Amino acid sequence: MIKREAVVIGAGPAGLSAAIEAAKRDADVLLIDESLKAGGQLFKQIHKFFGSSAHRSGIRGIDIGKELLEEAKKYGVEIWLNCVATGLFKEKKIAVEKSLDNQNKTAEIIKAEKIVIATGASENAIAFEGWTLPGVMGAGAAQTMANIHNVLPGEKILMIGSGNVGLIVSYQLLQAGAEVVGVLEAAPEIGGYGVHAAKIVRAGVPIHTSTTIVEARGDEKNGVKEAVVCDVDDCWQPIKGQEKIYEVDTITIAAGLKPLMELARMHGCRCDFIPQLGGWLPLHDKNMETTYPGIYVAGDSAGVEEANTALEEGRLAGVAIAESLGYIHSNKASSIKNEIWNRVDGLRLGPFGESRLEAKEKIIKTFQ
Amino acid sequence: MPDRVNDHPILGDTTRKETVNITVDGQKIESKKGEMIAAALFANGIRINRYTIKREEPRGIFCGIGQCTDCAMTVNGKPNVRTCVTPVEEGMVVKTQYGVGEREKNDD
Repeated sequence: MIKREAVVIGAGPAGLSAAIEAAKRDADVLLIDESLKAGGQLFKQIHKFFGSSAHRSGIRGIDIGKELLEEAKKYGVEIWLNCVATGLFKEKKIAVEKSLDNQNKTAEIIKAEKIVIATGASENAIAFEGWTLPGVMGAGAAQTMANIHNVLPGEKILMIGSGNVGLIVSYQLLQAGAEVVGVLEAAPEIGGYGVHAAKIVRAGVPIHTSTTIVEARGDEKNGVKEAVVCDVDDCWQPIKGQEKIYEVDTITIAAGLKPLMELARMHGCRCDFIPQLGGWLPLHDKNMETTYPGIYVAGDSAGVEEANTALEEGRLAGVAIAESLGYIHSNKASSIKNEIWNRVDGLRLGPFGESRLEAKEKIIKTFQ
Repeated sequence: MPDRVNDHPILGDTTRKETVNITVDGQKIESKKGEMIAAALFANGIRINRYTIKREEPRGIFCGIGQCTDCAMTVNGKPNVRTCVTPVEEGMVVKTQYGVGEREKNDD
């Protein structure tokens, strides 16, 4: 059995920043990730991030990703890529499937004094007639194709969902050269920020509110060819006779995300269903520590928010770990954590942030 | 048919020069070094990766990051390979997967 002071699961913004903050203060940190490259979903975020200057707003996710990888290297974070955490067992033992090369794998158990679960989130799907046809995919999948693999996922695309993901990915699909025929939103109002919505509307993409998709049509050889959409009534039910058909080859779904919390649940960390933050998630205190001492959670797996918040939550967990391992005096740690909390609160403002702030405050209060 | 993005307003020149040859259901296709199998297939107009076991329905990319397994194919004789997170290699033999697939002989 391998032993480590701190193991961080997931090398996205939350995991990287947790690993960096702990390693910077001399903790021995192992960061594992199932992908071939660290960075999580940061490298497909080619847009500039929001926030104030304290959050280094105006910097693209892709550049933040590069900086984090450099920092992780600088502070000596050990990184295992192509390595899947398959289980979390009692007394903080992590089962991992480690790839030696493309063909061979080995199973390892790592006993960690401190664990950070930073596994992120998965995209929600919505079910409609024909939703399994090739050509229907998550908005994140289309974003990965365009921005990471530099391949267009389709030529004529219909986006379902007008939250920030739906709006931003629509714009990025335009940037990559695809045609986005429209964005559908079942709610009576656009879900994401006005600034993102305005960008795509200016580019000629209509956003249809109170409208949903009812069917994807196509065939077994080529996948999607048409999308049938329909107006919805006050109860979000399609109004018969209001159907319209779009000729598209691709339908992308941006219907929110849910935390990947299986590992926390497996270890028995207390979880609760918090709709504002994406569903079931492990509860945590102000140190991002779960109900099981020594197991922390950060980023989308602690409640779906934005990459900036994930970075800050990761930092909180990293500092808290360094503190509990004795690498930093608690007075010093408190002041650093307070600074981070001030920045986090600054990210949970406005009509979108307030409900998340309220939900997070409730989580922390419940915990106490 | 979907195409490669070679000139991007933010990312700049995204042309990938080095090519890798793979075969898909016996047909030779050109892919780019380092890219995922599923991306190479997309760039070559192929978006059906497998057919389901019960209803024999086609499936293609859904999550694109290795979570959903809808893009599983038989690669070098090994079934259930997630093509969205597996990079191409010279001479790779990729086959559409039917049902749960079958491990081919001479596979180590």
